[in-house]
Amino acid sequence: MDVSGGHGESKEEALLRADGLWVRFGRQVVLRDISFAVARGQTLAVIGESGCGKTVLLKTLVGLINPWRGAVYFDGKNLSSLDEKQLALQRMRFGFVFQSAALFDSLTVGQNVAFPLEQHTRKSDEEIQRIVVSRLAEVGLSEDVILKRPAELSGGMRKRVGLARALALEPEVVLYDEPTTGLDPIMSDVIAELILRARQRHPVTSIVVTHDLRAARKVADRVIMLYPLTRLGADEPQIVYAGPPEAMESAADPRVSQFARGEARDRLVETGLSGGV
Amino acid sequence: MASGSSMPAARQGWGPMRAVGQWVGEVGQRIVDWICGLGGIALFSFWTVVWLLTRRPRRGTILSNFYQIGVLSLPVVALTGTFIGMVLAVQSYNQFRMLGLETRLGAVINMALVRELGPVLAATMLAGRVGSSMAAELGTMRVTEQIDALASMGVNPIHYLVVPRFLGCLVLIPMLTIMADFMGLVGGYFYSVLLLDIDRYYYLEYSARFVGWFDMLSGVFKTFFFGAAIALIGCHRGFNCDPGAEGVGRAATAAFVHSFVTILLLDLMLNIGLEGFYRLLWPEGPRIF
Repeated sequence: MDVSGGHGESKEEALLRADGLWVRFGRQVVLRDISFAVARGQTLAVIGESGCGKTVLLKTLVGLINPWRGAVYFDGKNLSSLDEKQLALQRMRFGFVFQSAALFDSLTVGQNVAFPLEQHTRKSDEEIQRIVVSRLAEVGLSEDVILKRPAELSGGMRKRVGLARALALEPEVVLYDEPTTGLDPIMSDVIAELILRARQRHPVTSIVVTHDLRAARKVADRVIMLYPLTRLGADEPQIVYAGPPEAMESAADPRVSQFARGEARDRLVETGLSGGV
Repeated sequence: MASGSSMPAARQGWGPMRAVGQWVGEVGQRIVDWICGLGGIALFSFWTVVWLLTRRPRRGTILSNFYQIGVLSLPVVALTGTFIGMVLAVQSYNQFRMLGLETRLGAVINMALVRELGPVLAATMLAGRVGSSMAAELGTMRVTEQIDALASMGVNPIHYLVVPRFLGCLVLIPMLTIMADFMGLVGGYFYSVLLLDIDRYYYLEYSARFVGWFDMLSGVFKTFFFGAAIALIGCHRGFNCDPGAEGVGRAATAAFVHSFVTILLLDLMLNIGLEGFYRLLWPEGPRIF
């Protein structure tokens, strides 16, 4: 299923494109024939209930998980065909904000944000320090946190530091994995605002994986909704919605409108847990 | 397919045949998993060596890992060595006194220590202290997505995390073993000379006469292999850790158990090889007694 249309961009203009992606772990298929394209500068939200393969999709897009079938094209290059060194070069053009922030416990906040700069640039310590302070300021954190360890920070602060680290190298694409999960409504809105601001400051293409529809409506130009394979028939497409966020509630597909309205309906009892394909 | 996973009705009534088929399938799956596991650790070791030889790790990562592996292991290794030396003296003294050979206790204690017990017991202690801690640390990093974060930033996790630990074990475990040997010699000497009242001159004389360079070097030589095995198994278990606290715990336990079994296997194979090499150099055979 190709969902690159909708906003008029062609495959040639797409910065990031998934082409018939299948991902499986052992015998369990998690993603089945996923195709979409994201144009440069666009923000795509990938939504869906827990366990539908959103995070797996995000990790596949940056080459952390190899697809079983299909390919990811970034700037026209098939990521699966690149060697280790070429893939590392392409990954420097990505920023990844992990669900748990994935800050390095053994390093301070400042060292965490400086890490990609130290690994990939030849900037002086002073210059790196200046960038670290500036990135932390962009996400609303003061210099006081630089010497703290990640364990000393709250969940919201850790997400902000994760965002600052992802933006350190001024990437072209930023991938957000559940950026607002586990945060209070105000902090969720703060993070959504920061995502918007990051886009205003740097011309980034973003993919936001979330099940927070409020955040998705706020930051995304376009939404795709994945559905768990365990509840799908063999021939049904896994992407059940592709379009603007505001049209989700009025979607004809009851699975989409149910998710958009957050209604339990027939889901009070879990069924269809027989595994993937 | 998801919706078509149920067994056709006609095949459900096969009874015993189906049970046998299932059992064969499970055994086959276990064998395949085992072979995949071996292949996984072989590839992991291969890439560790390739990264070690092609790109120097950063000074900061080397120093912190060397400190963790070397400096922090000193007390436990020194204690292990000292007690092995003393226990050997306690165990051997009565038998040797009955034969009137107690003055040769030094030769026996020190030979057993430098050739076998020092390297193997020091490696076992380090498999527990260093190998398990590597598996737990890297396993936690895997579970909390820190390893994915490294890779997503274009940093090779094997180069950044495994190579410094591998290098640390390769260099420091032999040095720690020399330390354990030395403390064992000291422990055995003091127990024999001060508590068992063995003549100091003969204790040292027989030790020097029977324990040669080959014995000491062969013991230390083995520890390079033990060190490499401890690091590779510990890091591999951490990298392939199952989710959750239980997964990290299992990885740490498996790292120790697998390292220990590997140390014993390597010890046997290396001793067979070293024995052959010894006979090549000195065909007249062993020299004790």
